[in-house]
Amino acid sequence: MKEIAIVAFSQSDCLARAGAANEVELIMPQLRAVFDQVGLNNAQDVDFVCSGSCDYLQGAAFAFVAGVDALGAVPPIKESHVEMDAAWALYESILKIRMGQAESALIYGFAKASSGELPIVLSQQLDPYYLAPLWVDNVSLAAMQARQLLERGLASERAMAEVVVRARRHALANPHAQLSGDVSVEELLAAETFVAPLRESDCAPVADGAAAMIICTVEKARAWGVPYARITGIDHRIETHNLGMRDLTDSVSTRQAAEAAGMKRGPVQVAELYAPFSHQEIILCRALGLGDETVINPSGGVMAGNLMMASGLARMGEVFRRIASGEIGRGIAHATSGPCLQHNLVAVLESA
Amino acid sequence: MATLAAVVGIGQTHYKTRRGDVSIAGLVREAAVNALDDAGLGWDDIDAVIVGKAPDMFEGVIMPEIYLTDALGCNGKPMMRVHTAGSVGGSTALVAASHVQSGMFRRVLTVTFEKQSESNAMWALSTPQPFSVHLNAGAGGYFAPIIREYMRRSGAPYDVGIKVAVKDRLHGARNPLAHLQLPNITMKEVEESMMLWDPIRFLEACPSSDGACAMVIVAEDLATRSPKPPAWIRGGAMRSEPTMYAGREEVSPQAGRDCAADVYRQAGITNPRKDLDCAEIYVPFSWYEPMWLENLGFAAEGEGWKLTMSGATSLDEGGDIPWNCSGGVLSSNPIGASGMIRFAEAARQVRGDAGAHQVEGARLAMGHAYGGGAQFFAMWVVGADKP
Amino acid sequence: MAQPDVLSQPFELGFTYTRSTGPVVGRFLTGLRDRRIFGIRASDGRVIVPPMEYDPNTAAALDEFVEVGQQGTIRSWCWVKRPRAAHPLQQPFAWAMIQLDGADVPMIHCVAAAAEEELATGARVQVKWADEPRGFITDIRCFELVDRKTTAEGATNPAAPANDDSPVTRIDAPVYLHYNFTAGRAPARFLARIKEGVLSGQRCPRCANVYIPPRGSCPACGVATEEEVVLPDKATVQSFTIVAIPIPNNPIKPPFVIANLVLDGANISFIHLLSECENSEVHIGQRVQAVWKPQAEWGYAMDNIRYFRPIDEPDVPVAMIGKLPVTGWEG
Repeated sequence: MKEIAIVAFSQSDCLARAGAANEVELIMPQLRAVFDQVGLNNAQDVDFVCSGSCDYLQGAAFAFVAGVDALGAVPPIKESHVEMDAAWALYESILKIRMGQAESALIYGFAKASSGELPIVLSQQLDPYYLAPLWVDNVSLAAMQARQLLERGLASERAMAEVVVRARRHALANPHAQLSGDVSVEELLAAETFVAPLRESDCAPVADGAAAMIICTVEKARAWGVPYARITGIDHRIETHNLGMRDLTDSVSTRQAAEAAGMKRGPVQVAELYAPFSHQEIILCRALGLGDETVINPSGGVMAGNLMMASGLARMGEVFRRIASGEIGRGIAHATSGPCLQHNLVAVLESA
Repeated sequence: MATLAAVVGIGQTHYKTRRGDVSIAGLVREAAVNALDDAGLGWDDIDAVIVGKAPDMFEGVIMPEIYLTDALGCNGKPMMRVHTAGSVGGSTALVAASHVQSGMFRRVLTVTFEKQSESNAMWALSTPQPFSVHLNAGAGGYFAPIIREYMRRSGAPYDVGIKVAVKDRLHGARNPLAHLQLPNITMKEVEESMMLWDPIRFLEACPSSDGACAMVIVAEDLATRSPKPPAWIRGGAMRSEPTMYAGREEVSPQAGRDCAADVYRQAGITNPRKDLDCAEIYVPFSWYEPMWLENLGFAAEGEGWKLTMSGATSLDEGGDIPWNCSGGVLSSNPIGASGMIRFAEAARQVRGDAGAHQVEGARLAMGHAYGGGAQFFAMWVVGADKP
Repeated sequence: MAQPDVLSQPFELGFTYTRSTGPVVGRFLTGLRDRRIFGIRASDGRVIVPPMEYDPNTAAALDEFVEVGQQGTIRSWCWVKRPRAAHPLQQPFAWAMIQLDGADVPMIHCVAAAAEEELATGARVQVKWADEPRGFITDIRCFELVDRKTTAEGATNPAAPANDDSPVTRIDAPVYLHYNFTAGRAPARFLARIKEGVLSGQRCPRCANVYIPPRGSCPACGVATEEEVVLPDKATVQSFTIVAIPIPNNPIKPPFVIANLVLDGANISFIHLLSECENSEVHIGQRVQAVWKPQAEWGYAMDNIRYFRPIDEPDVPVAMIGKLPVTGWEG
């Protein structure tokens, strides 16, 4: 099976509000950055393009169509789109390369979630008859998950705060971070709850923006002469939509995906996990069996800024960067979709 | 290089204005079960599920694969949702096929659907944001000027679109699943129907339908073992171009021509009219048949309308290259599924499984879908014979 | 240079969806209308409330309904200190996962309570019905805590006399979302200019084509566009159609003409209305000019131009449409 390499990655700064920027204006700088990293001109120079976005985040049908104007799609290009985080656009692109219809692909994701009230928008992902009409927001669902974790003794509020402290400290080294700094557990715990038991600090700040990536076969990466990281395994799994029927304190699908992706075949030096809530990082680490030898979210993770529809791709990008720079030899990246970690993707990245 | 893949199961629902008897999950499930039954398989046999549909606004359920996973037996498996505007039914089929063709999966289920009766299709297609600089004149308002330009360039007589409208509905009358059942439709009736966007009349435009379409696609060795004849995927291609750019050829978009050239090359087709036995082509407004006949190389530029008028694309007239024997988009249009219905109906033909709308001895067929401002194209060629 | 106008405007996206329920969801909602709660038996025997149509483990279609109690136990909860406008309760409340008596799987709904301190996992709650149940999930208006000291009011409320026997098969589900839209830089610039009565496009630095309305990029080249080009308000008809059905939210009466017009100096068209002419006289290559609304009515909108009307200039040959300079065409 063809070996896939990541050769370029870029993401925008995480801004609470992108303001006067339409889809094209959000995407173009990131495309320019990844093209420049490899020495390419525009989408004509890759064999396939795939994007991830969600109409409802901006309240615009066909939001992705506007994005096509950023590509230079004349002459026409091979292009597709998933209404999901761009991590799944990456997945579709890998299929395309492995079937032999492309040797390289451009992937990007974007959203301007600040446009709407995101937790309420996401309530419309839920069962259309039983839950959506109640407008159960995603923070409340996560809060109920957190309470289960706390009451079963699987985490403490202190441990959750420690996740946030670490994330913000890591984020100091992340030039795109929306939220970073040195804060103490005591400071965080002193704040009032937001949706108890969650505090605002337990919830990743949502950011407008975009991220882009270029992948290709390993042969192509060598031909281009750029540093790369190999994707040696990638898999994703979904769980039942019925939250009452899942063990919300575990992440079965993440474990299944990691197993199928071959996570355990080598050391996991870094794990970039898409955990939009602090307690979910605890769940994911336990589900994956990650120990002290793994640095979790050296970028700060989405606690530093959650680019909707692009954060999953950005996790891949953060691990890629550290491998391409020689900092580490192997790591995993995780993406999630749906309420309380319903759908999870894990990729294993290794050095050349 | 690519693993060979084939369609071994096809399932559809009846297409109707409103499927008031099922939930959204129920609609999708029906097509999926029909496809599994057709393939002689069960839920446990499926490795991954690929869902596709048009904008979420049609049903107001955001990212519906999240809710549909249980209905599609997908727990513990990979699930993806494709959205490429109107071509989505076709591109979903291609993404599903790529799961197998990449060698990463052996058996996948793919489902596309739309339950657009829950809202209103015209509304969902035209929800403008503030400061919109574009006049919202609907899909017809976009396509009618392009059709007029085709008429001007080709000198086609006024009734070409009328002929297609009649032909596709007569085909649809052979298909018990089709939404519009108009076995007695006449040229006169079409001509006298209300003009909507000149030259598109009411009966020259597609209906708004609820429905779902599903296929099971498997790897080569599993295909040869399937109970019914497989439809081998001989080629698949996608192309996109921007909605609007200086000098864009809108009547015969480059993306359509390039996409067709790619899929023909893969399938070894040099003369589509001769090499193909039939085609299921996305024609939502009747004039798009002659336009696509040219865009897809079945007729020379300016000559597509002659092919239509000669009856060559009519099953009832014994044409040599019947188009849309299922009734096409003009007879049924659940937007998210329409592209896959074209792909699936092409597969039915080469499996000898198209019932009363079967083209005798069909062994090579084409499926086609387009979307957006005729800017997204997805096509495949399927055959009764392994390449 | 003046600060660019940042154009923001709230808007609502929504529809009242008419959802057919199918038999399983319908049975549950019919039960709610009768103040009864039905779950369904899963493949492994567990009772799921609200009923799922398909088993999450076996994918089997489920059909064995089981009535469950109207009291239950909280399995988890959260406290919504500041309810959102869309929430079903507008004073602080709890969302909870509630396992009803007789059910094996908890359901999610809201719990009304005076204070966060009243809530606890393991607490007992009871359905509070809406005054007029109609076959919707909010027939359960909320749950309320049951005081352990008082006797539970029986496992079920007395069933409300059914208003009619026909089962629920449909719900009306209003899904309305509020957004604050901010126009992109290029569109905002265009709109700020049009507010001044000026039509301004952008030129691509690579192919030199002029785009109006501009979007910030040349779609063909994939490069950002910055250079502004002021254009006159004369144009050529590139294509058109006569429309018989009304445009939503537009007062113009059918039949009317919409045309793809290319402004002098631009290289792409945009759609606008044609008026002050016989529909039958409209033709490709026709020269037209904008008719603006009174200046006092100008806003950040393309419809500052009410429509275009024919002017007395020679037709443009088809081959030249979209290629005229800013100075136009004089034959």
